[in-house]
Amino acid sequence: MKRWLAGWGPIAALSAKELRIAMASPIVSVVAGVFLAIVGLFFSQIVIVASLQSLQMLQFQGSLPQLNLTTMVFQPIFRNVHVILLLVIPLLTMRLLSEERKNKTMELLMTSPMTLTQVIVGKYLAVLVIYAALLGLTGYMPILLSLWGTVDWPTVLSGYLGLFLVGAVYLALGLFASSLTENQISAAVVTLGLILGFWIVGWAAMTVDNPAVRPVLEYLSVNQHLDRFLKGLLDSSSVVYTFSVAGFGLLLTHRVLDSSRWR
Amino acid sequence: MIHVENLTKRYGGLVAIDRIAFDVAPGEILGFLGPNGAGKTTTMRILTGFVPATGGTASIAGYDVFDHPLEAKRRVGYLPEHPPVYPELTVVEYLRFVGRIKGLSRRALAPSVDRVVGSCGLGDVRGRLINNLSKGYRQRVGLAQALIHDPPVLILDEPTVGLDPKQIIEVRELIRGLGGAHTVILSTHILPEVTATCQRVIIIHEGRIVAVDTHAGLAARLRRSEKIRLTLTRAADDVEDVIRRVPHVMALSPEQSDGTGGRSWLVEAELGHDIREELARCAVSRDWGLVELRPVTLSLEDVFLKLTAEEATA
Repeated sequence: MKRWLAGWGPIAALSAKELRIAMASPIVSVVAGVFLAIVGLFFSQIVIVASLQSLQMLQFQGSLPQLNLTTMVFQPIFRNVHVILLLVIPLLTMRLLSEERKNKTMELLMTSPMTLTQVIVGKYLAVLVIYAALLGLTGYMPILLSLWGTVDWPTVLSGYLGLFLVGAVYLALGLFASSLTENQISAAVVTLGLILGFWIVGWAAMTVDNPAVRPVLEYLSVNQHLDRFLKGLLDSSSVVYTFSVAGFGLLLTHRVLDSSRWR
Repeated sequence: MIHVENLTKRYGGLVAIDRIAFDVAPGEILGFLGPNGAGKTTTMRILTGFVPATGGTASIAGYDVFDHPLEAKRRVGYLPEHPPVYPELTVVEYLRFVGRIKGLSRRALAPSVDRVVGSCGLGDVRGRLINNLSKGYRQRVGLAQALIHDPPVLILDEPTVGLDPKQIIEVRELIRGLGGAHTVILSTHILPEVTATCQRVIIIHEGRIVAVDTHAGLAARLRRSEKIRLTLTRAADDVEDVIRRVPHVMALSPEQSDGTGGRSWLVEAELGHDIREELARCAVSRDWGLVELRPVTLSLEDVFLKLTAEEATA
């Protein structure tokens, strides 16, 4: 137990270093700025459209159950955020390992008394924190709306959890891509491709009729799992899904880094 | 303190180092001398656990670097060829980070940082971003990084490369001061560096150790003459006398013949004089049956020739 705790020392140090460098780097602040601006624009548009729609519906049909902030505002917003992740995640992960290789600082990490697993976990935790902070900064949306309307907080929080877990999957894929190359742009493009690949699996799930294949594709589809979270359904199979895909990404990263020493 | 046996590293078909073996005693400063591409960096990378060897064993303070990598790494400070620094961090931030990943406790961190900042002369730049430091200061930060956890073993890959003459002298002083308390291996392709800092030298060339000796011992083995091997099939009795009279010839000693039926000699001439033409003329005009006339170089001399040539151009 004591040794297990001691193992977190270098991990924490590495994560703190990553965060420090991320703060110093223009990439992270630019990405954060653009991300928040775009989400803000979507938010204002969606709120305007939602209020017009609800006015119309109230005039014709009276109060309806689907007239609520969850379905009319938060679900569309979160889906938009999910799309923006395709561009944000690669930019957050691209430098993680590529830069260490290019800077020759990988040699420092690999000759320090820490395991590859510790290096990977330290890197991954740091980028998770940055991503969580980005998501957290969009928290003004439900807070703002709760001033005038009824926000279904459990569903909103479940939506945030879904976005966080899905993002964690993408970040693991991005970390893996970053282990493949010294070139940050290549790492970003590979990450984009991997994320798109998961989306395409989801789209394929909608068109395939084969009863043996379809459930598999559906399970692999990120969108299916995200949708459940957005509806406020905390499904353990979805949590298992994100943990296993993210874990698989980290495992591949470990394999790549380990084998790169032999070349 | 450091024990290396039969160490071999192949990259695909390329043999980087070939069955290298040596020992380093505690407190010793060992120089690794060889031209670029000789296998110095590869050997150091294996010792520090950065790359695995293809064959053989290496151990640090009794810990095998393959079987107990973490124990071995804890005891090694390593300055790679390129100082592994993060330009976005300040000197102190960087040293604190390295201290933490080397396993220093939070309490030991501040004193350790102060110690290496002092010993590496970084006091004036401790709060500066590494990005804004000169190459010389970066190299010192690299050295400070290797020393931060006060390891018993230091492995320094070309520690004075890129420094100006004054800095080179300072770094050499620093390294000399580390001997005794630390076991040091440093690599260099510059001959005087070894003279200035090391007690013992390993000369490595094309992946093999060609000599292990003290500096004085090496100097004694250095070539002081041109050596030429001469083989004659119909040597007359007065051969030795005639050759001795050739200008610049210093010595002549009979050699084991390689079975072609003639007799062989090793002729030594003054350094810088090529007497082959004169020898050939003697042999042909007297019809001695000249079959062989070639300069002889030892591999050690080969290396020294390369090293001294590089130094002249550097």
